[in-house]
Amino acid sequence: MSVSTEYGGASRPEAEAGSSPEKLLTPVLSSFWDEDRPWSLETYRRHEGYEGLRKAFEMSPDDLIAYVKDAGLRGRGGAGFPTGMKWQFIPQGDGKPHYLVVNADESEPGTCKDIPLLFANPHSLIEGIVIACYAIRSSHAFIYLRGEVVPVLRRLHEAVREAYEAGYLGKDILGSGLDLELTVHAGAGAYICGEETALLDSLEGRRGQPRLRPPFPAVAGLYACPTVVNNVESIASVPAIINKGKDWFRSMGSEKSPGFTLYSLSGHVANPGQFEAPLGVTLRQLLEMSGGMRPGHRLKFWTPGGSSTPMFTDEHLDVPLDYEGVGAAGSMLGTKALQCFDETTCVVRAVTRWTEFYAHESCGKCTPCREGTYWLVQLLRDIEDGKGVMSDLDKLNDIADNINGKSFCALGDGAASPIFSSLKYFREEYEQHITGQGCPFDPARSTLWSDRADTHTEVNA
Amino acid sequence: MTDAHPTSTGSPTSLGMPQLPAPDYPDDVRVRLEADAKEIVARYPDSRSALLPLLHLVQSEEGHVTRTGMQFCADVLGLTTAEVTAVATFYTMYRRKPSGDYQVGVCTNTLCAVMGGDAIFEELQEHLGVGNSETTEDGKVTLEHIECNAACDFAPVVMVNWEFFDNQTPDSAKQLVDDLRSGREVSPTRGAPLCTFKETARILAGFPDERPGAVEASGAAGPASLLGLRLAKGEGHHRVVHPRGSAPQDQTPADHPSSHDAPQQTSASDPQHPSGPVSEEGE
Repeated sequence: MSVSTEYGGASRPEAEAGSSPEKLLTPVLSSFWDEDRPWSLETYRRHEGYEGLRKAFEMSPDDLIAYVKDAGLRGRGGAGFPTGMKWQFIPQGDGKPHYLVVNADESEPGTCKDIPLLFANPHSLIEGIVIACYAIRSSHAFIYLRGEVVPVLRRLHEAVREAYEAGYLGKDILGSGLDLELTVHAGAGAYICGEETALLDSLEGRRGQPRLRPPFPAVAGLYACPTVVNNVESIASVPAIINKGKDWFRSMGSEKSPGFTLYSLSGHVANPGQFEAPLGVTLRQLLEMSGGMRPGHRLKFWTPGGSSTPMFTDEHLDVPLDYEGVGAAGSMLGTKALQCFDETTCVVRAVTRWTEFYAHESCGKCTPCREGTYWLVQLLRDIEDGKGVMSDLDKLNDIADNINGKSFCALGDGAASPIFSSLKYFREEYEQHITGQGCPFDPARSTLWSDRADTHTEVNA
Repeated sequence: MTDAHPTSTGSPTSLGMPQLPAPDYPDDVRVRLEADAKEIVARYPDSRSALLPLLHLVQSEEGHVTRTGMQFCADVLGLTTAEVTAVATFYTMYRRKPSGDYQVGVCTNTLCAVMGGDAIFEELQEHLGVGNSETTEDGKVTLEHIECNAACDFAPVVMVNWEFFDNQTPDSAKQLVDDLRSGREVSPTRGAPLCTFKETARILAGFPDERPGAVEASGAAGPASLLGLRLAKGEGHHRVVHPRGSAPQDQTPADHPSSHDAPQQTSASDPQHPSGPVSEEGE
């Protein structure tokens, strides 16, 4: 029986309440982050590091691709596309170089899993890269790391140096005949470069703007050659799958969403942080084990996977956090970035700020996104300032509808998500801003330190 | 180019003389940068891929991307200055005017803003007497607001030269910029003791930080990163976690000027507490 059907059902919150974190959580990638120098090759090896690679080299590349496909690993960067299938799409015997590009441009608002993963355990990514390159017959891989995280860049530089020195990178790796160069590439600040084709343009030394598809990167990616673009966590999960087996991996999660993953809890919770659990865990379970919302406050709205995924409310605490469960509830699993906001937070303020972000980060290539996000910001600022009129709400919906699905890439869809979902669940709050001519919330009550001086009476969290 | 200057006639609409080509780097600088550039270009199958790191490199020379720097990139890669300028102006990390040694970025994306980033940014502007993207008169600190920096479980977050200062308050942030301006050594919550913006830009160009201890600094992971692991190991609430709001209050700003940066006390070098400052202080 899969773990998620044991306790992931949406209908049994009471039964779940007693489940202990020891049973619910499954640290794999994070399992030794509390040890001395977990980022070093020495510590990684002590935890069966590079054992998955040895086993992978015993398989043929095609068998390896089939194995990862059978394991059911799905992309952890947001879209959930099966990783093995991406590898399989690479045409073999075409005479062209093949490339693996790891998307480490973690920038989706709320998302904070790849950065701590790379900071504490960069070798899991490097081992996964070598395995993936063996499978897709690539001899040059790239890690495209967002530039704004220098501490992580340092550890990646060091881990890659160690891996070359130990013979896990370079010529004839472990006698397998595989030659592999790995280049760490720091970006320069642009959210859009998390979109895989914009990332490729950026890696080619251009402005990061998305490309028309088809052709897909698997056919014409980096330098117009077959290219796999995978998220950090997806690739870092591969060594454990190979080392411990696909059945072990499938023993976690559900049939369609198997395995373990990192959930990132943030916002007005008592204790934010990273939680590695089987797919299908619920927010209620994560909150219960971690201490709930901050004392005296209750959950108002949250995102299941970053700001681009439609927001949820306290009605959705028992939605299984896997690809199907979140999809069925009207959102997307995304990056499993669980940003929780309590009742002190103005939803109009939150959505306005996210929309300003999308307007700022829109690359300008397509009109619906470039112009639409601009006008959304104008309307939202007016509403937040008490200068809106009721017809603005329909106009917001209408503009978002003209961005969603009509933009060149998913940035536009992401910009529309908070608009649609907040109007769906909190239309009254927008109306209050209009009828009351301004924001009824005090931002000072939302801050990290707002309750320190007060003596709030305890309300259930 | 946006920096076409009005000519001596003073009329902004006068076409005047076209801008002269950017001055070249002095010979010794050029030779040094060319050696670095060669190393960068060698990392890629196609030389143009080196443009982003090359722009970081010229930024490490002058503190911002100058016309001279862009001309240098164009010369190295066989591009036009227009092609280089198009790229340099697309990305927010390339500074286009002289700026401070320390770039202080306050996250004001939704989650950090709500958790206090807006208040921190406002108070810092007032405290420093500068607005967004402006530099203090002493040339030390450039203040700006930044977008989500992938540290939401440590909100509100302030970045200095792209090192993490987690769980900030207005007071801790003001202390931080005061320390930077007075030249005290400042260590981030996660990251290495600060170097200057120029030195940071060199790391971004792909040249590893050679300072002893830089890779190890600040330990493996912040307390939030370890929370799930500790719970999974059965280290229950009473031992593992404290309501995080209380943490900065527990710090004693007594002797060391940077003691508001808590993790220094429990670095990886402390054998009793190899993993950082997560467990004891809330008991």
